[in-house]
Amino acid sequence: MPSAAQTFSLYGALKNGVLEWIFQWRGPESGTIVLVQRRVFILPTRQGLLFAGVIVLMLIGSVNYDLSLGFILAFLLGATGIQSMLHTFRNLANLRIAPGRVLPVFAGEAAQFQIRIENQARLHRYSVGVTRDRLSASYIDVPPASEVLATVAVPTRRRGWLRPGRVILFTFFPVGLFRAWSYADLDMHVLVYPAPATPGLALPPPESGSGEGGIQGHGQDEFSGLRPYRPGDSPRHIAWKAVARDDNLLTKQFAGRADAEFWLTWESLPPAMDLENRIAHLARWVIDADGAGMAYGLRLPGLTLPLAAGAIHRADCLRALALHGLAADHT
Amino acid sequence: MVSLPTTLNTRVIGSRDIAWLSAGFLLACVPHLLRMPVWISLLTIAVAGGRLLQLRMRGKSVPKWLLILIAVSASAGILLQYRTLFGRDAGVALLVVMLALKLLETRTQRDGMLLGFLCCFLLVTNFLHSQTIPTAAYMLGCAWLLIACLINMQYTGPWPGWRPSVRRAGILIVQGVPLMLVLFLLFPRIQGPLWGLPQDAYAGLSGLSDNMSPGSLNSLILSDAIAFRASFNGNIPEPKDLYWRGPVLWDYDGRTWTAPRIVQSTNDLPDIKPQIEYTVTLEPHNKRWLFALEFPGMKPPRSIATLDMQLLSFTPVRSRVRYEMVSSIGVAYGADDDQSMLSRNLRLPPETNPRTSAYADELRKKFPDDRNLVGEVLARFRNENFVYTLSPPLLGEHPVDEFLFETRRGFCEHYASAFTVLMRAAGIPARVVTGYLGGEINPVGEYILVRQADAHAWVEVWLKNTGWVRVDPTAAVSPARVERGIASALPRSDVLPMFVRGDFALLQRMRLTLDSVTYTWNQWVLGYTPDRQRRFLSYIGFSEATWQTLAFILMVCAGVAILIGAGFALRDLRGVREDAVKKIYDKFCRKLTRHGLQRDVAEGPLDFARRAGQRLPDFAAAIQEITALYIALRYGGDAKAASMQIFRQRADKFSVK
Repeated sequence: MPSAAQTFSLYGALKNGVLEWIFQWRGPESGTIVLVQRRVFILPTRQGLLFAGVIVLMLIGSVNYDLSLGFILAFLLGATGIQSMLHTFRNLANLRIAPGRVLPVFAGEAAQFQIRIENQARLHRYSVGVTRDRLSASYIDVPPASEVLATVAVPTRRRGWLRPGRVILFTFFPVGLFRAWSYADLDMHVLVYPAPATPGLALPPPESGSGEGGIQGHGQDEFSGLRPYRPGDSPRHIAWKAVARDDNLLTKQFAGRADAEFWLTWESLPPAMDLENRIAHLARWVIDADGAGMAYGLRLPGLTLPLAAGAIHRADCLRALALHGLAADHT
Repeated sequence: MVSLPTTLNTRVIGSRDIAWLSAGFLLACVPHLLRMPVWISLLTIAVAGGRLLQLRMRGKSVPKWLLILIAVSASAGILLQYRTLFGRDAGVALLVVMLALKLLETRTQRDGMLLGFLCCFLLVTNFLHSQTIPTAAYMLGCAWLLIACLINMQYTGPWPGWRPSVRRAGILIVQGVPLMLVLFLLFPRIQGPLWGLPQDAYAGLSGLSDNMSPGSLNSLILSDAIAFRASFNGNIPEPKDLYWRGPVLWDYDGRTWTAPRIVQSTNDLPDIKPQIEYTVTLEPHNKRWLFALEFPGMKPPRSIATLDMQLLSFTPVRSRVRYEMVSSIGVAYGADDDQSMLSRNLRLPPETNPRTSAYADELRKKFPDDRNLVGEVLARFRNENFVYTLSPPLLGEHPVDEFLFETRRGFCEHYASAFTVLMRAAGIPARVVTGYLGGEINPVGEYILVRQADAHAWVEVWLKNTGWVRVDPTAAVSPARVERGIASALPRSDVLPMFVRGDFALLQRMRLTLDSVTYTWNQWVLGYTPDRQRRFLSYIGFSEATWQTLAFILMVCAGVAILIGAGFALRDLRGVREDAVKKIYDKFCRKLTRHGLQRDVAEGPLDFARRAGQRLPDFAAAIQEITALYIALRYGGDAKAASMQIFRQRADKFSVK
């Protein structure tokens, strides 16, 4: 005898199966997805049903008071409504959806997936909505023979690779009596960096013997200028006074000793610390060291990234941290 | 790019949308505002205007309690004004006020759309009062605007201006026409009313009534309204023979003539050849009379004929009816009417009009033969100084005495009434017949148009061995009224509706053409009743169709109509063409690719140009120029032939060497 949980999951599976069959969900599709006719679904909105109700009222009134013109107007509005269904459908049909750019984010931030929507027809597509969570959507207009970018924000929780999942494109245009929608499961993914620990531990001391006088270099002593804020910068380094003058966040840069040799290692963290915490602290160190403009190396179990500095090195380090210990399935 | 909810319910709409909705609402209710009591119209305009003002001044929204207060007091006012909230006019007034108040609190798209829908309903209520071509055109315009309002609310990006929404609304309506026609012709019609109509449902329909008191015809004669139209199979009879018989008035109380409440029905209608065949299209007048030339030779369907030759429909005529009719002109009827009926046509109120009675006695002594007596009275009307006018002096206690011997000024109702009283006093059974006389021949549509202004009253007297014979004393006074219509019978100074006098030939011609269009409109658009639908279906070959067959026909035709609409709508989707501009640009990009500059799929042309310019500084200017031309042509919409040429030339000539 199946338990309640089993029955539920059975029902869930059945429901999913039916939906999959109706909406032809097939998992991620690579390349460009063309919203051909059978991919666009359409149903009346609540307002559409209301409009139908008003037309029925018009017809009843016209029968009762014998208003021939009432019939004509009611039929004309009804026919206009039906025609608007076709216009809603065509507002979505034959759009071409393709993956766009997406930048890595830290876990906890929302990944901004760009989706390219191309309209090859002469038709101006107004008010096309893109949503993932069915709660809020970004709306875009796609002029004739052009391509625009829509952004889908996907919240992240864990480090590693992330897919946006099934995205819904929908439209109510032109009258709002019908809702046409389509599913696009694009083959795209983003790298989610580990969330840096806040507050982090102080940077480990530089290793001796590789440069002269490297002992003093904490890399956080001498203020050298401002640069635009980058996600992951320590809040301690944000130039709050400058923020008050300007809307953009600026991060204070400190001139450290470029010749100081920092090794951010797995072992320099307390032995009691668990895996995720270690990675969080290492991420914090990478950000702090990069913020200080220092050269640093990263040593993980089974992986060593040599001493270097700069944005590319930072990205490599964070990528290594993001993927550490995970099955390399999306590389 | 805007982040908004995925449903329409909670989206807040802009002040432009609300301004458009206000305009749509006000236009939709203009005809009502002109009809309704002034305070309701003013309140509606004030509320809608207040909303617009509030938008303009970015004022605070009206508190809920104030809205409720206005709603309750307006309802109370309407209740006081109309004595009901559910009558036709009261209902419309309530709807108008409530929609104005709804406008005041409309903020979200859900509210806006609901308001748009209800305004569409408001359009239909206008047809309760008028279903003419201008009304239809006006309401179509309003529907167009309202749909444009609904479209306007849907733009989430930058507003593209009013043109696209108005244009698209027009396209939607035009593309919906095939389906509308199918539904209009084939959607099963039910004969209304579905429920008891409120008492004021047919207020304002004018026409003859079952009584005639001084001045009652007068108001009709001043009306332009159309009573009915008749088209003849064959020649139209002489104007003097066009006596359209209506209510027959038997009883006189000294002031008012009244039709008897109940008259026996008969199947014995005169059947004397030659008969005139014609078809009458009668406007609704909320009474049972069906008008026919004297004397009708048949009964229209769903009606009875009475002993005094009235045709009565089973139910009051509340929609336009059309019936075929035959009549025999110039005959008499009822030679064998029984004595009790005749004696009722001799009754006079006692102690009124003493001078008339005395005069009748005198005549009786002089002319023992009834025909001679009638002739003598007509001769007196003709020869003495009687005047035909629509503005006669008021008459007192003995109206017939005063009219015959003192004022001698009046129109048909005075002559008919006086003549009948005189006949009865002389012992000849007589009664007043009301109806219409003449009508205007419309050469454009070849039919006769009879207006309320053609209302007339005449007399019939009963002569032994002959029966009831028509006598028109007005003809004795003013032959022109009978032969050429009311306009020629009256002195110029008398006020008549503009359309009745035919002073200007061009105007007359235009008017007749217009009426002929109206006639066609009435026949084919307004007169498309369940009956007509049945005839149409049998005409296309489905005379005895079951409802299943009818539903099937409707489905098939509606399907075809929707396919036609789809053909129009989806035409713009096909013909996906490779853009000429894009082709040239792609070729240009390929040239750069050869030098290791691959345009990233998500890279915009400007970004790409910047990157390429950095890699190939010598060509930066050329790359920049081509890119600028490309953007202007492809996205700027400024596709002038000249700049297209330059773009092609520059892109073709471009090479990295």
